[in-house]
Amino acid sequence: MSATASPLVEVRDLVKHFPIRQGVIFQRQIGAVKAVDGVSFDVLDGETLGIVGETGCGKSTTARLLVRLLEPTSGSIIFEGDDIATASGSALKQLHRKVQIIFQDPYSSLNPRKTVGSIISDPYIIHGMYTGEGQRKKQVQELMDRVGLNPEHYNRYPHEFSGGQRQRIGVARAIALEPKLLIADEPVSALDVSIQAQVLNLLRNLQREMGLTLVFIAHDLSVVRHMCDRVAVMYLGKVVELAPSDELYSFPRHPYTGALMSAVPVPDPSGAKRERQLLAGDVPSPANPPSACRFHTRCPKAQDICSVDDPPLESKGAVGVAACHFPLTLDEVRLRLPPALTAAVSEDPRYSPSSSSASSSASSSST
Amino acid sequence: MYVQYWRYMKDIVFHFNFGYSYQNSQPVRQEIFDRLPATISLTVGAVIVWLAIGLPIGIISAIKRRSVLDRLTMSGALLAISAPVYWLGLVGLYLFANDIGVVKIFDGAGTYTGLTANPSQWFGSLLLPWLVLAASFAAFYARLLRSNLIEVMSEDYIRTARAKGLPERTVIGKHAVRSAITPIVTVLGLDIGTLLGGAILTETVFNIPGIGRLAYEGIINADLPVIQGTVLFGAFFIVIANLVVDITYAFLDPRVRYS
Amino acid sequence: MSANGGPLLEVSDLHVEFPTEDGTVHAVDGISYTVQRGQTLCIVGESGSGKTVSSLTTLGLTQTQGAQVSGRIEFEGRDLLKLDKNEMRAIRGGPISMIFQDPLSSLHPFYKVGAQLIEAIQAHQDVSKGAARDRAVELLGLVKIPDPQRRVDQYPHEFSGGMRQRVMIAMALSNDPKVLIADEPTTALDVTVQAQIMSLLAELQQRLGMAIILITHDLGVVAEIADVIAVMYAGRIVEHAPAEQIFSAPQHPYTWGLLKSIPRLDTPRDEELVPISGRPPSLIKRPSGCFFHPRCPYARESHTRIDPKREPVPGDPGHEVACLLEPDVRARIWKRLVAGDSPEVLKRELVGASPAPVVATEPAPETPGVEP
Repeated sequence: MSATASPLVEVRDLVKHFPIRQGVIFQRQIGAVKAVDGVSFDVLDGETLGIVGETGCGKSTTARLLVRLLEPTSGSIIFEGDDIATASGSALKQLHRKVQIIFQDPYSSLNPRKTVGSIISDPYIIHGMYTGEGQRKKQVQELMDRVGLNPEHYNRYPHEFSGGQRQRIGVARAIALEPKLLIADEPVSALDVSIQAQVLNLLRNLQREMGLTLVFIAHDLSVVRHMCDRVAVMYLGKVVELAPSDELYSFPRHPYTGALMSAVPVPDPSGAKRERQLLAGDVPSPANPPSACRFHTRCPKAQDICSVDDPPLESKGAVGVAACHFPLTLDEVRLRLPPALTAAVSEDPRYSPSSSSASSSASSSST
Repeated sequence: MYVQYWRYMKDIVFHFNFGYSYQNSQPVRQEIFDRLPATISLTVGAVIVWLAIGLPIGIISAIKRRSVLDRLTMSGALLAISAPVYWLGLVGLYLFANDIGVVKIFDGAGTYTGLTANPSQWFGSLLLPWLVLAASFAAFYARLLRSNLIEVMSEDYIRTARAKGLPERTVIGKHAVRSAITPIVTVLGLDIGTLLGGAILTETVFNIPGIGRLAYEGIINADLPVIQGTVLFGAFFIVIANLVVDITYAFLDPRVRYS
Repeated sequence: MSANGGPLLEVSDLHVEFPTEDGTVHAVDGISYTVQRGQTLCIVGESGSGKTVSSLTTLGLTQTQGAQVSGRIEFEGRDLLKLDKNEMRAIRGGPISMIFQDPLSSLHPFYKVGAQLIEAIQAHQDVSKGAARDRAVELLGLVKIPDPQRRVDQYPHEFSGGMRQRVMIAMALSNDPKVLIADEPTTALDVTVQAQIMSLLAELQQRLGMAIILITHDLGVVAEIADVIAVMYAGRIVEHAPAEQIFSAPQHPYTWGLLKSIPRLDTPRDEELVPISGRPPSLIKRPSGCFFHPRCPYARESHTRIDPKREPVPGDPGHEVACLLEPDVRARIWKRLVAGDSPEVLKRELVGASPAPVVATEPAPETPGVEP
């Protein structure tokens, strides 16, 4: 994806706090779950942007904010020049012609009482398109065919389909209005391995055919690498690293990204026995995140400054950005990534050791 | 109107004075307190009976799901729930009462005496009312426990309990029932609260001098203070019951305690 | 009586069927495998493969669902399928124990963790409550739960997902099992937590010398820990081999499909995923002939009629596969798949004439009520 592609969506300082209330009659707010706590990134036109992270990082909340299923606590989401963060009513309805979402669980995200045809027709009915019933049915059946479903199953109910097929129904519904932006929230996590590839390929093909911009949210780093041009890594409500895939997967800068990479099991017995860089402890609660750099409580490179000074998201010597005072050095990266990935890195002059200490002070000893 | 209401409320809250019965000019408060022991006797006894009958039936039916035994008991339970309590009471008296019944086993209507006055008489006079009142509740609780238990039995932690090598009776008795019983305790609390306000129909059929009977008499005689008093009392018990149930639930379900 | 060199656990021709309203579900259809002392066997498969049912049956846990079981499961010289209820109970949670996928729902929410551990201990050992409690604290320490003295009195919901799975592991280890069956133990966990748990399992296996049967669909996890791998499809083991061979020289088209359809960190980013077409078959009405033929890109017409038996691969000791293609054809196909050729091309070139008829991928009804 060329760096000169214009942003379709500009997210700035997006915040979503869910209040925690207590009290018998009068509910006082005693705290908040800081699901998304100041996130800024662009979604470039035509790209596939991946958002990865583990439980509690805020990626699903971000997905819902982008499609405005949730209203942000503060911050702006500029879509095609307009700030949609506080849009409502008809503006929101118009927005949904251009921005759609696919959900994770194919078993609960479809209304079991509606036929497949009815589910996919809904967007047309809501937006007053294809008003003739015959016309609509034909259009829906075309959509079904496009996503790999048998158009003759128009009148079947969701429970008569498998998980993979239900997910295709969700995709058909989402692309019915030919949106510009499609958010996919963990679209294959609930599917069998052999079906995942089918749905992933479908998404890729549709994207190419329709010129979609895709925001792909997942916890599986291998899937994200395969699907996405750029990847944002989230931890406890903040973006800790954002880089083009090639760069992220050969030379991640943020220690958390390194930990994620190190943890991914690779289906290769020879490479699998490498030493894992395991994180200690659990993810802190988003209701009570650590001060300054959220990762400092578990970071192998953390020093005093990390609990005092929240590092900004900035370039560490290459195209991508990371929020860290002590980003990973090439040697540390080699310990964490599968050999196949790091082999490419050493030859590339962009990633020579001198460029990795572009921002911070003396790099600490390698872990 | 609201002056009246204000004075009435003041009387109750500060002086615990519910007014005087039109019928016999006695303080309503006194009437209610006099009748309370009877209602409590009826309620407590019925609760014990329906738990003793309903819970085991519920458990056995859940374990032997779809067996002949299960189908019989659940159908019987459906009948018991459907039968109105006064009908059941009258039929019971007709069949079993000492004075007028076909098979003379139980004491008839109107034989109630206080516990302190004559314990064995007290007990005997309440047996049939207990059974009648408990019938529909036992049936309801059996069905409720059965369906809860069936749902719990398919939970993962039951599979874990079996995988640990625990005997089946421990798996069911200690693990499954423990989970299934929680909603039952909450329902029980509410039922007790309601009954303490007076099981009008049962008390009337069996001529037990409880709060329910008092309410019935008040209605017949258009005795407003009495009616107001019994209704308020009933409402009071229900509110207390709700509170107790909430607290008990937190006690039973540790997940609720820390929310 | 199994001699010192004999296998610890030997499953022979196991069949497990469930009668349902829609017909008989053939969940496990004649599988055989062995597990040696201290060895790790990984059973790989997707939903409906029968991988979970076979392990539940080993512990006698499928009886409550009305399973019809036949075959032999020999453990330390005894056929587990012939034991009575009490003898089986002594095995469950004792010499053979099991952990499950979702640690939140697998622990009783109303009892403290310590109480549940003590229960597991006292079910098999004749010890006092105090001694059991001490052992519980020791076990929590063994699975690296910090501050075990305090945490033993907490409720499951007070632990995080990874911690809960450690508690489950502790519970499974409480009576020094010889075999630990782990059914998708990390599927519900975050990837960094998964790495912690896998590392813990490997370490515990080293220390305690127990055998592990790990059931999973994640080939990455398998590569990390497996000594031997059994690939299951539609209730059968279609391939069985030492771990390295499954990855370096897989023989069954299903295994190829699995390996080629997953995105991996160690292959080029833009390499196409090659999905397996179609869907897992119904276990009530299985396909004729070779169960995999409707989804196999290389199936010949004869494969719709002949049911392959599991046979050793020539020149590859310990490697068995149930496939009707010739070994040399298979070897060539795999080589070309690795090089990046597509199945369609290979089919035409290598498999030759008489292709199997195109099978419409009808959605089969979901198999009701039976866990895969």
